[in-house]
Amino acid sequence: MKFLDEYRDGAIARALAAQIRRTATRRWVLMEVCGGQTHTIVKQGLDELLGDAVEMIHGPGCPVCVTPLEQIDKALELASRPDVIFTSFGDMLRVPGSECDLLQVRARGGTVRIVYSPLDALDLAVRNPGRQVVFFAVGFETTAPANAMAVWRARELGIPNFSVLVSHVTVPPAMVALLSDPANRVQGFLAAGHVCTVMGWTEYEPIAVGFKVPIIVTGFEPLDILEGIHLAVRQLEEGRYEVENQYARAVTREGTVPARTLVERVFQLADRKWRGIGEIPASGLALRDEFAAFDAERRFTLGTASVAEPAECRAGAVLRGQLKPHQCPAFGRSCTPEHPLGAPMVSSEGACAAYYNYGRFRAPEPVEAT
Amino acid sequence: MTTTARLAGGLACPAPAVPTERVLLGHGSGGKLSAALLRDRFLPHLSNPALQQLGDAAVVQVFDGDIAMSTDTFVVSPIEFPGGNIGSLAVHGTLNDVAMMGAEPKFLSAGFVIEEGFELDVLDRVIASMAGAAREAGVPLVTGDTKVVERGKADRIYINTTGIGTLEGTCRPRPDRAQNGDAVIVSGEIGRHGMAIMAAREGLGFEAEIESDSAALYPLVARLAGRFGAHVHVLRDPTRGGVASALNEIATASRRGLVLDEESLPVPEPVAAACAVLGLDPLYVANEGIMVVMLPDRFADDAVAALRGLPLGAQARRIGRVVDDHPGMVVMRTAMGGTRVVDMLPGDQLPRIC
Repeated sequence: MKFLDEYRDGAIARALAAQIRRTATRRWVLMEVCGGQTHTIVKQGLDELLGDAVEMIHGPGCPVCVTPLEQIDKALELASRPDVIFTSFGDMLRVPGSECDLLQVRARGGTVRIVYSPLDALDLAVRNPGRQVVFFAVGFETTAPANAMAVWRARELGIPNFSVLVSHVTVPPAMVALLSDPANRVQGFLAAGHVCTVMGWTEYEPIAVGFKVPIIVTGFEPLDILEGIHLAVRQLEEGRYEVENQYARAVTREGTVPARTLVERVFQLADRKWRGIGEIPASGLALRDEFAAFDAERRFTLGTASVAEPAECRAGAVLRGQLKPHQCPAFGRSCTPEHPLGAPMVSSEGACAAYYNYGRFRAPEPVEAT
Repeated sequence: MTTTARLAGGLACPAPAVPTERVLLGHGSGGKLSAALLRDRFLPHLSNPALQQLGDAAVVQVFDGDIAMSTDTFVVSPIEFPGGNIGSLAVHGTLNDVAMMGAEPKFLSAGFVIEEGFELDVLDRVIASMAGAAREAGVPLVTGDTKVVERGKADRIYINTTGIGTLEGTCRPRPDRAQNGDAVIVSGEIGRHGMAIMAAREGLGFEAEIESDSAALYPLVARLAGRFGAHVHVLRDPTRGGVASALNEIATASRRGLVLDEESLPVPEPVAAACAVLGLDPLYVANEGIMVVMLPDRFADDAVAALRGLPLGAQARRIGRVVDDHPGMVVMRTAMGGTRVVDMLPGDQLPRIC
């Protein structure tokens, strides 16, 4: 298939992996930020091809995983209301809140609908004027433009029964938080190609220089990832710390300006709590005051109780790259996709789900001393 | 459709729209309306000597030997989709379950639960397509039942079908009969039915329309049974849960391991593209017109050739093998040269965020 088969060629992959092994004079520790990349790595067994040259640490770039428990609980509360049609991307439906998940709310009579675009949710609001339609606006910069567009259109068309429950996060503050952690082991990053398709890479330039880490804007197919790893290893070996663009077929330095502009018009930076990680200053997006009428948290009175995560779940350490999923004592025992303790076990971009679904037969490595 | 009568002076007067004929609760009452529904909507399509007796049960000939019997209920939404509708699906699905035991399907029964208000012209299309599928397979529908429920108590129409088939010859495939060294073969391309349904359900306007693969598999089974008899260890139609779930069930039942070769998986391009957009894995997408075959490796090439001799099996190919290692587990050699587990999913695949 055009634009897909070219990036999944096994012979080229093995040659690239061999080149990485030859380039590396020592073992380097890299983090792929995005959960989509984690899944490619584990699904295709790319980590096996790298041998001892590179250790891949899986980053926090799973929007489902980092959505705070309080927001999930608000979603569950909204979805339970008889006057609400709650709409969401499919990913969120199995994510455990403190009591249950959206699938269970649906089974108890709540109206929960999977949509493929926030504009579909807006359309649903137009067709159901007697009910409130709420869209769960989660995700990184990748989904922000479409969500911004839905709110923009809702105001333009004057749709009174549409609102969004926002839980948007942005990548660069999370990278800074990880690099500032004394326990950090990451020496280079594969930045998420789709985030950069929207945002470009100017925001990453000060991080690369300031923390002396190569940052490679990388795509999602197996060959993209291997090439991204190769570029990072080459920089590390040569002592360079720059932003490089592997994903040139989709990303430019400035990103997609109309999309960025729309995001800036509708959203503003806000402090945001990341599930498992904690609050990161100016790491999220919230609706600007002029769009407050479309903010579900202002339209509905929702519970705000702060809830504790199950102590057994070590998703925070997994999301910070300090623990591999299968090193968690709960992995595959008290935590499985059927009975998840945390979101990374059920999200299609979650690292725990990737390890469980694709790699369970591998012998678990011993837990590293912390 | 509106007919327009031209009046003098160029004025147009639209004729009053004829209301769509719909199923009424009375159609399920057992009275005159019920009889009319049967006479006007079902029998014209489905008539055969056994059904025409219209007794409380069908009387059919008994066989001297084993029979295979299977029942399945169809609740698909939307009920019409590219490549078929709930009627043809209800016939193919049950006939295939019977055929997967190595049996030749002989009789079908059908039960209908219809929602009050269901359009009669859609019912006509469903019954016609059901009749067409049964006729093509050479299997008469010998008995049936219709119930009508209040609006809102069902989603348009549900169909239950039961199939009976006869077991002759030596071919007795079963999931627990997979043997070390067996080849794993699929009879056709994977993922068409599930993606056709998803595209129709969600109104996803993909460039290339994906058609359901819904089809009766017995002709393929007959070929394999005739040539390889008892050597056909396993037959399975990978419907809900797709090829991955079917293979996991076989691995568990037989206590063997399965090794798949990713590069050999026949995923048609439109299915691969749609799955890539939605973040789905074609291995877990439903099929209604292919089967998985396991038989000793030495027969594999001949079996693939035999399947390819029929249009339905034109894309048949070997996709893996049965091993004694990692019992109960399906492992895939990826195109990259790595390996991964292909596990069962806890529920439906859900489209991802980005």
